[in-house]
Parts: sequence; structure tokens; C-alpha cells
Amino acid sequence: MAATTPRATTAHTTSARTRAGREERAGWLFVTPATLGIGLFVLLPMALSLVFGLTDADGFGNLSFTGLDNYARALSDPLFWTSLRTTVLYVVVFVPGVYVLALVMALLVNGKLPARAFFRTAFFAPYAVSLVVVGLVWKYILADSTGILVQALGWIGVDSPPSFLGDPNWALWCVSFISIWFFVGFYMVILLGGLQEIPGEILEAARIDGAGPWRVLWSVILPMLKPITFFVLVLASIAGLAGLQAFDLIYVMTQGGPANSTSMGVFYVYQQAFKFNNVGYASAMATLYALALLAMTGVAFRITRGGRFDHDR
Amino acid sequence: MTTTADTAPVRVTGRPSAVRARPATRTWDAGTWVRLVLACLLAFVQLFPLLWMLSSAFKSAEDTRDAALIPEHPTFDNVVQVFTRIPYATYLWNSLLTSVLVTVLLVFFGSMAAYALARLRFRGRAALFGVVFSTLMVAMPVILVPLFMVVARLGLVNTYAGLILPVAFTAFPIFLMRQFYLRFPRELEEAADLDGCGHLRRFLLVVLPLSKTMLAALGVTTFLSTWNSFLWPLTVAKDSDLWVVQVGMSQFQNQYGGDWSLIMAASLIAAVPTLLLFLLLQRQIVESVQASGLKG
Repeated sequence: MAATTPRATTAHTTSARTRAGREERAGWLFVTPATLGIGLFVLLPMALSLVFGLTDADGFGNLSFTGLDNYARALSDPLFWTSLRTTVLYVVVFVPGVYVLALVMALLVNGKLPARAFFRTAFFAPYAVSLVVVGLVWKYILADSTGILVQALGWIGVDSPPSFLGDPNWALWCVSFISIWFFVGFYMVILLGGLQEIPGEILEAARIDGAGPWRVLWSVILPMLKPITFFVLVLASIAGLAGLQAFDLIYVMTQGGPANSTSMGVFYVYQQAFKFNNVGYASAMATLYALALLAMTGVAFRITRGGRFDHDR
Repeated sequence: MTTTADTAPVRVTGRPSAVRARPATRTWDAGTWVRLVLACLLAFVQLFPLLWMLSSAFKSAEDTRDAALIPEHPTFDNVVQVFTRIPYATYLWNSLLTSVLVTVLLVFFGSMAAYALARLRFRGRAALFGVVFSTLMVAMPVILVPLFMVVARLGLVNTYAGLILPVAFTAFPIFLMRQFYLRFPRELEEAADLDGCGHLRRFLLVVLPLSKTMLAALGVTTFLSTWNSFLWPLTVAKDSDLWVVQVGMSQFQNQYGGDWSLIMAASLIAAVPTLLLFLLLQRQIVESVQASGLKG
């Protein structure tokens, strides 16, 4: 924080006092628009989510207090457990997958490689397209019998390929893979920033000592990347749990199917609220996810001492 | 597996203390080749779907199942069809209007609050920042239902204000710009002080112009993410006159299910603005992404 300047306690002259008063007023004036907006459109909904979760609100204004019924309902709703399982599976595949691939890309682009600028752009490019477009393009690529992937598999002798989006055993893998494909460039750029901060002399010294690239990676680069690795893993886990990438893809590609195999938490909440008008129940489930997110953010905040990711913990 | 192949030759041939040819075009050792092949493979995976969209958008209906990357009978008809069969121009306009206004509001009021939180002393500042920070990770899907209720109560469903205002105030730009203003050289502001500027004038006339680069980076990424967003516009605008391009496209898919060249043409039109922006302003985008990660 700005602890470098002493607080204005020494201000005993009138002019200094009015100046402090002006600064006080200006401070509040400056933060008011953003604070009002966040209060109305983020904090109020968060609070309402708690309240609605304790009612049987149906979205048409009917509402009566039902206590913890919605939470009990969630615990005995097999579809809630399915959606929770799907979410966790997705996070478990997405987070390590996107990190490893992003690291490989960042190392490639940061090292001795011809046409580096081209490759950096190519790796990052999917991130510039919307997830709706991404979902549609991949749906076309993965389409049964006519899709280009099925055709390509035919060329190399795979005659009975799976129905990628129609088979419950495959659909979630596809959604996870597409999320990684979409997001990897974003994380590559973050990791690249970390790699570029490693002083060249350290790497050079390691090489002079006879360390091969593999050894340099394990003993020098990865340890120095630890804070940024931590940041990437936290960010990716939170994004994955909140279904940031997943909702649009699922909406466009599978609608939660087949057999609810891609019905992730946020999608199930959306369906309950806007398809079946169970606003109360949806709010209760959303609250559970919000609590999980808040807990994760809180832990990350504590470990990093207030969002500082640049120190080794 | 690639890395082991990579290791050996470098260790044998690389004489580190010798002159390191930086452009390295002359001495392509085996390691460089391995890296190049791997990079090409990854680039292919990343780019193929986009190229496939581009190619399919110009294929005639009978060639949709064709595996050729270059259309055999290239046609512009799909693009024309997209604009004539549905009000795609309206969707594009709605997207443009929404994205520009959200970007302006978010960047302006966000940096204003960030400046106060970083530089002005006022009571409750630390507490306020704590509250703002705690909403940093609250994602749209999690508060969607009650947010819709709030917006409905305000009478903003099916309005432009409903599309714009609820997403125009978030913690992220405040967090990002605050980091920036904490390291902003104080002397620059003090010059304005001598001229007797008030805080607002100082912010508008001195601070904002000096944060141009950072604001540009933030603006570009905000524009991209607003243009590409789907969930909120889908929820708040039921009236098709207010559909943004992402929503229009997803409904278009339901209507013209198997007609892939049409759908790819619609996708291409929606993706072109962001892809162009990305290619032109890549540096700003990279800067903004890295600023969010590095330097706490």
C-alpha cells in the first residue's frame, strides 16, 4: 500500500486541513460510480442468492420461505451430484492440461525457434474468437460421419470412430479438450512473461556448468517459475469451477447431454432457473458454488498475502 | 520423448562460451529441428479449426462434406444468405454498440476508482478495496439468476441498458489499474498540483493521458471479451431486435441445423472483427494479460 507518505496527521494549518478534506471528498467521488455499479450488480445479487436459496421463488414473483429445503433437495438430487462430479472432472482435466501445454508453448516461443512471432500468434489465436464460434466450429469438425475428423480418422484406417459428442464417455473429454485448446494461448502469454523475467545469465551459467536443456528446465526454470505457476493454477481452477469457459461451449455443443454427461454445475443451475423456473432451488445451488469459489479465493488470498504472486511463498 | 531427443545433440555441439549466433539461422542443430517440428504440430492444431471455418464459409452446399481445405467451387453466397435470411446486420450493430459502451464505462470509471484507491487518502479506503477485491472471482454464471431478478426489477430486461450496465462495473479493471497507479511516478502529479488543479481536473488532464498505454491494453481486452460474451446477452435480451451476434448465431444454428456452410459463414462474420483486432493490437493484448498475472 501507499505507506511511503505519512498520514496527514501533521496537518494543523487550515489550508492543509481543507486540502485533506478535499482529498477525502474527491476520493469518495471517484469511487462512487464503480462502487454503486458493483454494489447493485454484483454484491446485491450475491446477497439475494442467499435469500432466494431459502425460498421457493419461481421467477414470477411468487415466493415463500422454505428454510433449508432447497439445500436438502440438492443433497438428494442425483442430477446435482452428477453436475458436481462433471464439474470436478472437468477441472481435474482442464487445469493440469492447460498448464502443461501452455508451458510447452511458452518454452518453445521463448527459446531458439525460427519464426517465433508467427508461432506465438498461432498459439494465441483461438483465444480471440468467441466460445460460441469455437463451439460451432468444433461441432462441425466432430460431427458424426460427415465431420472432417471422422473422415481423417478413416484415412488412417479407423473405420468405426466413436460419436464424439453423442457418446457420454467422449463428450466431456471433447469439451475439456476444446476448453484447453481455446485457453492455452492466454496462459502461455502469462507464463511467457514469467520466463522472460528469468535473467539470461543464470541460464547461461547453468549451461556452462554442463547442464543440458532438460536439467536447466527442472533445476532452474521451473523453480523460478513457481510463483507464476501457482497463479496460473489458481486462476485456471477458479475459472474451471465457475464454468467460465464451459457454459457457452456446452450450450452450443451438447446442451448438457448426452445423458447429462456434460451438464456442469453452472449449466444445471441455468436450466433449473430459466427452463424449469425453480429460481429458489437454482439460487441455493449457485450459493453452494459461490461458497466454494469464495473459499478458494480466500485461500489463494491468504497464501499470496493479498494477491501478491511475485514472491516465493 | 521429444525432449530427450532434444537434449543430446545440444550438449555435444553447443559450445556455450563460443560466439552465440543470435539469429541462429546458420546453425540449425537437431534440437532446433525438433522444436520446430513440435511448434508446427501445435500451430496446426491451434490454427486448423479457424482455417476450416474460413474455408467452409466459402464452400457451396454440395461441398460441405468435402475434405478439401481449398473450396472446389468457392462461393460468396453463404455470406449473402446470412445477411438476408436473418437480421445479421442488426445483431452486429447491437454487438458493436454494447461492446463500445461497456468498454468506455468500464475503463473510465474503473480507472477513476483505481486511482482513488491507489493515490487519494480517504476514510474507508482499505475496507472498500477489500470488498472490491472479494468480488474479483465472482463469475457471471454464479450470480446469473439473482442478477437477472435485479435487472428485471429495475425494468431493464430487453433494453440496451440491461445489456450494458450490469457488465460495465467489475472489480478486474479496478484491480489492474490500481496496481498500475501504485507505481505511477508522483512527481508527474505534483506538477499539476503547482498549477492549482483540483483532483478531478488533475485526474482527467494529467493522470489519464499518462496512462494511455495501460488503458489501451485494458480497453482492447474488454472490447474483445464483451463482443465475445454470450451468457448475459442470452439471458437479458429475449427480444430478437436486441440480440447480439453471439446470441443470434446460436439461434441461427437451431434454425439451420445441418447447413454447415451457412453456419460457418455466420461464425466467420462474427469472428472477423475480433481476429482483426487481435492481429493489429496483439502487443496491447499480451501486455494486458501479463499485467494481470505479474507484479502484485
